[in-house]
Order: sequence, then C-alpha cells, then structure tokens
Amino acid sequence: MRSLLFLLRKEFKQIFRNKSILAMIIGMPIIQLLIMPLAADFEIKNIKISIVDHDRSVYSKNLIDKVIASGYFQLNDYSTSFEQSFQQFEANNSDLVLEIPQHFERDLVKLQEGSLLLAVNAINGTNASVGSAYLSNIIGQYNQELRKQGLSASIAMPATIEVATLNWFNPYLNYPFFMVPGILVSLVTMVGIYMCALNIVKEKEVGTIEQINVTPIKKHHFILGKLIPFWVIGVFVFSLGLLGVARVAYGIIPVGSMPLLYSYLAIFLIAILGIGLLISTYSQTQQQAMSLAFFVIMVFILLSGLFTPIDSMPEWAKVIANLNPLTYFIEVMRMIVLKGSGFAQIKSHFLAMIAFAIFFNGWAIINYKKTS
Amino acid sequence: MEKEIVISAHKLTKKFGDFIATNEITFKVYAGEIFGFLGANGAGKTTAMKMLCGLSIPSAGEATIAGFDVYRETEKIKQNIGYMSQKFSLYEDLTVVENIRFFGGIYGLSNKELKSKSEALIKTLGLEKEVDKLVGSLPLGWKQKLAFSVAILHEPKIVFLDEPTGGVDPVTRRQFWDLIYDASDRGITIFVTTHYMDEAEYCDRVSMMVDGYMKALDSPENLKKTHGAATMDEVFFDLARGAQRQGD
Repeated sequence: MRSLLFLLRKEFKQIFRNKSILAMIIGMPIIQLLIMPLAADFEIKNIKISIVDHDRSVYSKNLIDKVIASGYFQLNDYSTSFEQSFQQFEANNSDLVLEIPQHFERDLVKLQEGSLLLAVNAINGTNASVGSAYLSNIIGQYNQELRKQGLSASIAMPATIEVATLNWFNPYLNYPFFMVPGILVSLVTMVGIYMCALNIVKEKEVGTIEQINVTPIKKHHFILGKLIPFWVIGVFVFSLGLLGVARVAYGIIPVGSMPLLYSYLAIFLIAILGIGLLISTYSQTQQQAMSLAFFVIMVFILLSGLFTPIDSMPEWAKVIANLNPLTYFIEVMRMIVLKGSGFAQIKSHFLAMIAFAIFFNGWAIINYKKTS
Repeated sequence: MEKEIVISAHKLTKKFGDFIATNEITFKVYAGEIFGFLGANGAGKTTAMKMLCGLSIPSAGEATIAGFDVYRETEKIKQNIGYMSQKFSLYEDLTVVENIRFFGGIYGLSNKELKSKSEALIKTLGLEKEVDKLVGSLPLGWKQKLAFSVAILHEPKIVFLDEPTGGVDPVTRRQFWDLIYDASDRGITIFVTTHYMDEAEYCDRVSMMVDGYMKALDSPENLKKTHGAATMDEVFFDLARGAQRQGD
C-alpha cells in the first residue's frame, strides 16, 4: 500500500508540473462546451433561397413575404429568369430555387390550382431536405389561408385536424439542453483516454517504465497509481462542465439525483481509463497511442447516439453502438439531467457499465507485463 | 573458504524467433565482485542482462540471482537488485530529492531511512544546491551519478549497470567509478557492461560476448596474458574480430 502512495504522489506532482495538461483539463472543457453545442445545432436556419417570380402578382408577392418572414430563409436573389437563379445555384450561393410560374395568380383564382417549382441543391443533404420540407410547409399554410379567405367559396372546406404537440422534459426544444450533457460525456472520454494512454506510453518512450519494471512494485499498484490521478481529473473535468459551464452558460440544472449521476460517472471513468490503459499496452510510442486513441474515440463518439439517433442506424452499427460505453453514459446523462430518472430506470445501464469496466481493465491488466 | 555465489547462469539462452540473441552462456559471479560484461554492439549483452534482472524470461537454460530463480521468482529478484539502464532512467520532471524519495519509497524504505539516506546521498554527491532542481536540468554526468546512487539506495545484493558511463567526460567517469568502488567495498556486487576498455581494467573479472556466445571469462591480467596483449583494447579486438553480427 505504501508504494501506491509514493506512486500517487509522484503522478500528481508530474501532472501539476505539466502546464499543457493543466490547460487541457481546465481550458478544454470550457471552450468545447461553449463552442460545440452552437456548432452542433441541428436546427436549420439561414437557408439561402433564390426566387424566380414570373408572375409578379399580389399573390406571388404574398407568398414570397411569407417565405422570408418565416425566419428560416434568406433571400439570395430575386429575378425573373430561371437561368440567372440557376447560376447562383451552381455557384453554391443558394440552396433552394423557388420558381413561381406566369399566371400563378390567375390560375389560382380561375382554375383553383397553381403549381410551383422547387429546385433543391442536394450537395448539402441536410439543408436540402430540411429546407424543402420547411418550404412545402409554408406553401401549404399559405394555401390554407387562401382557402379560408374564401377565395373559392364554392369548394367545401376540408376538415382540418390540428395536432397539439407537448414537448416533455425539454418544453422549448432547447437544443443545448439536449446536446450539452452528451458533449460533456464525449469530452470526459477524450480527456480520460488520451491522458491515461499518453502518460503511460511516455514512460515507455523515456525508459522510466523499465526502471519501474525492475523494482518490486506490484503490477496492480503501478496501474492503480496511474488510474487514480486520471480518475480524479475526470471527475474534475466533468464537474467543471456540468456545474460550471452547463449551468452558467446554458442554465442546465440537473433534475435528477446528483449522487446517482456521480456514481455512474465513477464507474464510467474506470471503464474509460481501462481503455486508455489498454491502448498504452499496445503502443510503443506516443504517436502510436495517439493514432489508436483517435480512432477509438472517433468510433465511440460517432456511434454513441450523440449526434444521430441509434434507432436509425443500420443493424451492424447498432451492435457497435450497444458495445460502446459512451452510448450508455450519454443516455444516462440525458435521463438523469433532463428527465430526473431514478436508479430503477437506469439499472441495466449500471450493469452494462460495470461489465465494460471489468472487461477493459481486465484485458489491459492481462496485457500489461512487467516481464516479457 | 568457498566464496558466496550471487549470480549463477547455466546455458542461459534467449531466442527471438530464429535469432539467438544469447546462446548458452554459463558463468558465476561472486559476492562483492566487480564483474565486467563486455561485447560489441548487438553481441547480446543487454538481452542477457534483462534476463538476469527478471525483465525478460529466458528461452532455455537456468540461472539464479541472489538465490532466486529467473523463471519463477522474478519479483523476489527485483527486491534484491538495483538496475541502471543505458537510457537514463530517473524522472526528469521531478526534483533530485523527489526522485530519491520516490525510488527509495517503492523499495520499501521507511520515512526515517529515506530522510537520512537522501541527506547522506546528496552530501556525497555534492548536490546540496541542486536538491530542489528538476533532474532534467542537471548535466548528464551528474544525472548518471545520481541514477547510480538511487539504484543502490536500498542496499541491494547486486547492481546491474548497462553502459552507465556512455557519453560522459573522463573526469566524471573516474568519479563514477569511485562510486562503484565504494559500493563494492560495502559488499554490493557490481555487474557492469561497458565499451570503454580502460573501465574493463577496473573490473575484478571480465567476460566477453561475441555473437551471443561468451568467448572469454577471466581477470583482466590473465586475459591479457593468454592473448599476449598489452592492453584490454587488444584483447577485445582479438576476440571480437571474428564477429558476424553488425552493431545495432
């Protein structure tokens, strides 16, 4: 036990002496949490639209006003020639072209039907699909309004079903509410895996690990001496993010139990540090460890349900997502922080995370050898 | 009286695939001896030393270190040896005194021992002014003297030194050897590899590795006599001339 104390004292001294690590554990969570949620906002705004108006009537003007007033679209250009607008399209200056044909108003009034052309620049798939959906919606509303105005009194009003939606747990569909807890998890993961793996591999590179291996230090003491400091740092980074940035910048105050959340974090960190340890046992240089850790973290983050729902992934991706510790912690974060779930609801998540912690650490310990 | 044997190797062999790094070496080292372990680069010295330190499990043969078996009792061996590698092996981002305390601590010295020993060590090395400096900021010669002193802080039976004086000036090397003699006088067995033939002359007995084989083992005087050489340099050339392996 005493040698563990000496190891811990040494690790903490080295960490606090290393300016770049300090910057990483304090600066990184703050900056990332301030910037990432804004960039990872899926609400599409400022879709650039080109409008070709061949009709130039009151009706077409009204329609254009409605589109612009919706707040989702930015008028890029307004012209009477499709070719001209299409050039804007080709130059990637606009995402959508809405063409209003000649006699739009006349046809609407007389024939009670109108047609519009909507051309979508599908290079940016999200902008394209969301933009055209928004636009169709707006046109549909406009259509309804025209009918209500009694434009065509002769036509029987179709019965309208109004759907009232109630957003539970995040009533204003506040995007950061949803993203920040998840981003915090990925942040803690990165800090944990990178720091743990690089630290151990650095000792290999410098040669001090050989010196350690020739001492009677017990293998599990050495490993604990590495894991405990990074576990503490992980808790610190998490708290800084949750109690600092998330609360001050986004007003996120966890609804659920904090001891429950921190218990889960404790196990999660053990699992994550086990992955860092495992990476270090397979790497001889910091460069190798870095590349390996980068690969693992990328897969973990992309297949964790942070940015895209797991339900819409293909079957093989779902399998990976279910074998990914991040998936579970992100879910738990959202459940406890936003919904206030209790232990009963996340019991299976606890079991899964304990299994991860045992699996990764067990593998790493078997693979870490004092004697080759 | 029979001298106490602290290292005994019998046909000790290490293979990496088809490559035989160390081929059936057999020798004994006696307590308190300064044992020189010579050989060209790539001759298998470091591999042999790692097996003796319990860092590497032999492929074949037998060996005991301080009475402990190199296959089954590596952790007990580690309690009884000191080791200093050719790669400098203290923590550069810890101070002189922190390094001494750390390595002393993990060998199980008590706080009282740590305090008295580190004070004595710092005085011997004349590092009073550098106590709180980071080791990384010290000149190489000082680092190596410090590393050696730390390696024998826990009074091991044997200390293994892998090219301890590489890259330092002759004066510092001389001082380093004074430290080695001191340790030897206290009864610590010294097992040292080196490329400096003047250092080989300082050893009680010297062995020569060539291509994984141990080609010679005797006192420097006897080796010079049998090879009809005036210096150890000539002995080394005579033995190593036939080497097939190139340096690493």
